[in-house]
Amino acid sequence: MGKVKVKSGPLARRPDNSAFKQQRLPAWSPMLTANTVLPFFYLMALICMLLGVWLLLTVQGTQEMKMDYTKAGTCDLCYEKRKNASNAAQSCTCKVMFNLQKAFKGDVFFYYGLRNFHQNLRRYMDSRDDGQMVGRKKNLKNPSSYCAPFDKDQNGVPIAPCGAVANSIFNDSFILSYHQRGGFKVRIPLLRKGITWYTDKNVKFRNPKTENLTLAAVLNGTTRPLYWQKPVYELDPDDPTNNGFINDDLIIWMREAAFPNFKKLYGVLNRADETFAKGLPAGNYTIDINYNFPVQYFRGRKEVVLTTLTWFGGQNHFLPIAYLVTSSLIMLLAVVLTVIWWKFGKAGKNMEE
Amino acid sequence: MYAEKERHVKANARDYNDKFSYADNHIKTSKYNVFTFLPINLFEQFQRVANAYFVVLLILQIIPEISSLSWFTTVVPLVLVLAITAVKDATDDYFRHKSDRQVNNRQSQVLIRGRYFITLDALYTCCQITCSNDYILETNLKVRQALTITSDLGDITKLMDFDGEVICEPPNNKLDKFTGTLYWRDNKYPLDNEKMLLRGCVLRNTEWCFGLVIFAGLQTKLMQNCGKTSFKRTSIDKLMNTLVLWIFAFLICMGVILAIGNTIWESQIGRNFQVFLPWDDFQRNAVFSGFLTFWSYIIIFNTVVPISLYVSVEVLRLGHSYFINWDRKMYYSQTDTAAEARTTTLNEELGQVEFIFSDKTGTLTQNIMVFSKCSINGKMFGDIYNEYDQKVEITEKTACVDFSFNPLCDPRFKFYDSSLVEAIKLEDLAVQEFFRLLALCHTVMPEEKSEGQLVYQAQSPDEGALVTAARNFGFVFRARTPETITLCEMGRAVTYQLLAILDFNNVRKRMSVIVRNPEGHIKLYSKGADTIIFDRLDPSNEDLMYTTSEHLNEFAGEGLRTLALAYKDLDEDDFDVWMKKLLFASTVIENREEQLAVLYEEIEQGLKLLGATAIEDKLQEGVPETIACLSLADIKIWVLTGDKLETAMNIGYSCNMLRDDMNEVFVISSHTVQEVQQQLRTAKEHILGLSRVSSTGDVEKTNMFAVDSVFEETIIAEYALVINGHSLAHALEPQLEHVLLDLACLCKTVICCRVTPLQKAQVVELVKRHKGAVTLAIGDGANDVSMIKSEYQDRSLLLMDPKAAHIGVGISGQEGMQAVLASDYSFAQFRYLQRLLLVHGRWSYFRMCNFLCYFFYKNFAFTLVHFWYAFFCGFSAQTVYDQWFITLFNIVYTSLPVLAMGLFDQDVNDQNSLRYPCLYKPGQQNLLFNKRQFFLCTLQGMGTSFLLFFIPYGAFSVMVKEDGSHFSDQQTFAVTIATSLVIVVSVQIGLDKHFWTAVNHLFIWGSLTVYFATLFAMQSDGMFGIFPRNFPFVGTARNCLSEKSVWLVILLTTVVCVVPGLAVSFLRADLFPTLTDKVRHLQQLRKREGPQEQNLRRVRRTSSRRSAYAFSHQQGFGELITSGKNMRRSTVSSVASPGRTPPSSTWIENVLKRKNEVSCANDESAGGPESSDGAKQTPKQQHTD
Repeated sequence: MGKVKVKSGPLARRPDNSAFKQQRLPAWSPMLTANTVLPFFYLMALICMLLGVWLLLTVQGTQEMKMDYTKAGTCDLCYEKRKNASNAAQSCTCKVMFNLQKAFKGDVFFYYGLRNFHQNLRRYMDSRDDGQMVGRKKNLKNPSSYCAPFDKDQNGVPIAPCGAVANSIFNDSFILSYHQRGGFKVRIPLLRKGITWYTDKNVKFRNPKTENLTLAAVLNGTTRPLYWQKPVYELDPDDPTNNGFINDDLIIWMREAAFPNFKKLYGVLNRADETFAKGLPAGNYTIDINYNFPVQYFRGRKEVVLTTLTWFGGQNHFLPIAYLVTSSLIMLLAVVLTVIWWKFGKAGKNMEE
Repeated sequence: MYAEKERHVKANARDYNDKFSYADNHIKTSKYNVFTFLPINLFEQFQRVANAYFVVLLILQIIPEISSLSWFTTVVPLVLVLAITAVKDATDDYFRHKSDRQVNNRQSQVLIRGRYFITLDALYTCCQITCSNDYILETNLKVRQALTITSDLGDITKLMDFDGEVICEPPNNKLDKFTGTLYWRDNKYPLDNEKMLLRGCVLRNTEWCFGLVIFAGLQTKLMQNCGKTSFKRTSIDKLMNTLVLWIFAFLICMGVILAIGNTIWESQIGRNFQVFLPWDDFQRNAVFSGFLTFWSYIIIFNTVVPISLYVSVEVLRLGHSYFINWDRKMYYSQTDTAAEARTTTLNEELGQVEFIFSDKTGTLTQNIMVFSKCSINGKMFGDIYNEYDQKVEITEKTACVDFSFNPLCDPRFKFYDSSLVEAIKLEDLAVQEFFRLLALCHTVMPEEKSEGQLVYQAQSPDEGALVTAARNFGFVFRARTPETITLCEMGRAVTYQLLAILDFNNVRKRMSVIVRNPEGHIKLYSKGADTIIFDRLDPSNEDLMYTTSEHLNEFAGEGLRTLALAYKDLDEDDFDVWMKKLLFASTVIENREEQLAVLYEEIEQGLKLLGATAIEDKLQEGVPETIACLSLADIKIWVLTGDKLETAMNIGYSCNMLRDDMNEVFVISSHTVQEVQQQLRTAKEHILGLSRVSSTGDVEKTNMFAVDSVFEETIIAEYALVINGHSLAHALEPQLEHVLLDLACLCKTVICCRVTPLQKAQVVELVKRHKGAVTLAIGDGANDVSMIKSEYQDRSLLLMDPKAAHIGVGISGQEGMQAVLASDYSFAQFRYLQRLLLVHGRWSYFRMCNFLCYFFYKNFAFTLVHFWYAFFCGFSAQTVYDQWFITLFNIVYTSLPVLAMGLFDQDVNDQNSLRYPCLYKPGQQNLLFNKRQFFLCTLQGMGTSFLLFFIPYGAFSVMVKEDGSHFSDQQTFAVTIATSLVIVVSVQIGLDKHFWTAVNHLFIWGSLTVYFATLFAMQSDGMFGIFPRNFPFVGTARNCLSEKSVWLVILLTTVVCVVPGLAVSFLRADLFPTLTDKVRHLQQLRKREGPQEQNLRRVRRTSSRRSAYAFSHQQGFGELITSGKNMRRSTVSSVASPGRTPPSSTWIENVLKRKNEVSCANDESAGGPESSDGAKQTPKQQHTD
């Protein structure tokens, strides 16, 4: 600890008289007194209550329709069909119907949901190659070992996109129709693009540089994932710019859910159409489902969700209720503390020596 | 290395000695050099369990099947920790190199008179004796003596021819023992410790000496003692180690639970999920998968035992040490000495001390005696009165008596009562005779460096004080020869013929001289213990005796050391007869001592009383106050001293450890085991019996000794125990030590006197072993270099020994550097101990405890989230957080605020810590951090982790982004929880903190800023662009933290996590405020009201003790003086040029005179053997002469 001092003289070794060294720094030393704690509690209770009420009112204004279609309507046939893996190549369509009592006003969002599907298993989550998905040519031909056993097919051809996550992409597709009063079925236009995070679409997922070649040519030498029917560059037959690694459905799937029950955005109601400019009117609806995704292996369920949104996201009852419960608990605590303080500890009664 | 059984050293035979390759005199305490630093340091660091553990983790992480975290989560913190430790080690070693260089470059060829350190262990052959002269510095000298046979080797040529061979013991650390044999000219001469000069001692009274080097460098006894610095651990360290083991157990439990969970999950659900995630080969067996999961979770949970824990604790301790070094209030300006924390590992232990073992001389006292009062012929001098005849207290400002009439006066001498000078000037006969006695009756050696500059070298400071007093009052002791004493009486030189010195010893407790004055009258002057002198007074003196006795009582009441003075006129014929008998008796070989004693007794009869002197054994400043304050803090102070019983008790009274209002002072002083046992039992029975009767009125004899600890608390009465060395030796035997300990713990004060260093260590160890309390030993670091050797002796047994006290404190003086080497803390004054313990110790303990509580809380809250998540992710060891967050959480995001808290937090400021010593008690009782506290804070951590996980879980299961896009993904979840966690722990530390300085603000806000900055940086496009695989979280923070719902979740989580803790601490502070809370409350009130005058505690000394210097005085130099040895021939000339080699003629001449004593300075700590030393020494000297 020898500190070389330049000072000399009789008091050479005298420590400096600085507030820091003498531990006299000006400081604020708050104490938990009734004057500070109790008002704080009441204030917190009040804030939580206001927030809770506000959130609750907001949530009340939203609407949601949830339907489990795993075996609903005509889908039970498809369900049985998918039980047998050898039928995987055969397509199966089915239809479910539902009725909206009240109109869904504003933007309406269409989700598909899965229950009991563990996207959050460590080995599953690791089984992807972000380097490949961002379009690095090296990784394209040489996928990360984390992708195993979905890194190469039996012939040793690299898979793009590799890994269990991409391999297990949700591949049901939906056509939503509205039964107009006259009995007409109107196909509801859904926006299937621009539904991902901006960063995902533009930073995290990139196609390899094409350099005047087609995407298919660039991806030549790779093969599609085992469970896929189509290669990655043909995911969206309608929009060539929505193919490859930047396909919205793929991106959404690749953003792994934190919990085994989750829903993912499928499309947003296109309100450009006059019929649906104000949202979805009340009435009967049909969903035509291309039923591909097998869930019976893991005893899963599939569902579709239609919902409108609030300023803090979808129909979320948890937050308002949690705020209200918290508020009432804090209020209760504050009252109890006040009573105790009033009876036993008022005015620093216990503070006397 | 072979074990050396014997050591052979031959003089002047380098070739012979080289065969053995003995150590040279180069001291090396440093561990590394530039090249060896990295490998050795890393090797050492990896020997630490914690670091090794992390290496094992690292290896586990490399196995892909197990690796649940990337390698960098462990490597980055580990490298950081290793680097910090390495820097610290390197700095330490740099300073060691520096001090080595300093020690090794010390001049050792030329022996210079005065303060010279011996750096070798040498066999002492011969030396020149002159009476050297550093008077103030030392009082207790040790005589070292050359072998008779070698003592005439003073000539260089003779010395060259000396070819003796020494065969002796191998190097060891026993400072007080040496056995060996010198073979020379076909003769054998036994060698013992008396013939050795050990490293560290200082030569006195001689200008040079020759020696044969036996041990050098690291093999010297001193270095053998110092070398083994045992690493001390604090009780918090030990507790921490236990807790870390518990945490490991907890970790394994959780691992097992989750592994079982994984086995079940894999066999129930995972099996069915194989379409999407096929099992690896090893996974076919669900049990084996569970086994792997176990290891994966061990890796994930490693953050409950954070790698930064140990290094943070070390940083804190280092910081606390610096605060001790910087404390101006522990700086002693007179010697320019600041307090120094020499070890940086013990600070918080300073806040838990229960027992202090203190040395006396130089620690409690300054070892300076001051002549303060006297009673002459029934009149008392020394007090001053104001015009109303009221006694005035003497302070710094009181005017001193002007001694300018006396050119030979000592300017440092202070006296306040001018009436005594007036009496002298009036030539009052009694007063003159009084001071003449003081000037004549002593064994002090004078030295006149230059004309009029007298320096006295006294054997005891008491004598020095008395002679100095006489000097200032005009009776200047100027010179002595074996036959004469020359005084300068009121400016007139008078030479007395010294006829006999009847020296002090323990039995006589008095000393007399017989002189013939210039008029030819023979006079006997005697001074001694009052009781002894009063017994020998002439009956005519009875009235005077009563008056004097009253004065003596008054002196004693003030804690002064008193002596009675008397004289007697001797008849020429009677004296002649007596002298003949004396001469005869002194030649007798058998029973010489007894015969002399009888003769002395014969002549010291019918004395005429002159008066009495009162000497103040100057306590160090503030000692009584400090002791009072420390005992209010429930710290038991035991004085362990080599002093005599009476002296020790005297000091006990004067520093308020013993008081008259104590119920009983037990003095244990017996010589047999039975007696000691009896006395101890009786004393204990007395205490327990009394307290029993007083508390319950019912004495149950049978249970009396069974349950002592219960009673300990109930004793209200105050007792003190004084025990002497002999009794202590018996009492420390296994069958009695419990009785001793019980009794001692029942007493407020314990004084052990005449204890040997070994016994000191035994006492300390006894307390340590049976009380489990933290002990502190404080010893004088010597105002004086000459005490260094014994200081080491003390230290080596008291402080360095792993058996000895937990903390060693050295009192350093001007020469402190050497003296305090073995201590853990050093400062210049005993009173700083109060500040060291009550302020720094308390703060350190408080800070360390808060730090640890918070640290464990934080890490549990952080880590256990993974546990809850396991139930949702199929026990697959998926982490909740981003790997970078795991890497940086402990070392970047949350380390600085908690370090700032551990460094700067103050619950109560330093003035109040000192004013309310009771604040110290929680430390002794281990209240702030113990297993219960640990349990509570981990519980709080678990609760927090639970809320941290489940509130976002609830929200996320149904949450989408404002633009409707899917939002319940794992990465968003991770960022939300991480952000909540950082905010929650920051808020929590804000609530735990008592003292918000600018630094705290900076660190807390800074850490939050750094967190967000790092978060965005780590998830930026650029980082992802470079390493897509390592930074997969790209954009998450941007998307997540721009959502209002995320902030709603964070707010809710924070409120819910913080409120319960806040309510609990509010209730606790409101309903059951601790003393700390109360003092804080007062402190705040006072702050509002503005500064107030501080009422300082004043401790009045009250005592009716008769203190008697005579009791403590040891056998003097009387015989030495009369024998004529040790006398310098020419007083002024030969020493006029210190440091220069005297002219060779005198030099050779002096050599041939072959005066062969050298005095090694020594401390009283040698205790017991000392007086006997003197007794043995003197006759030997006569024979050799």
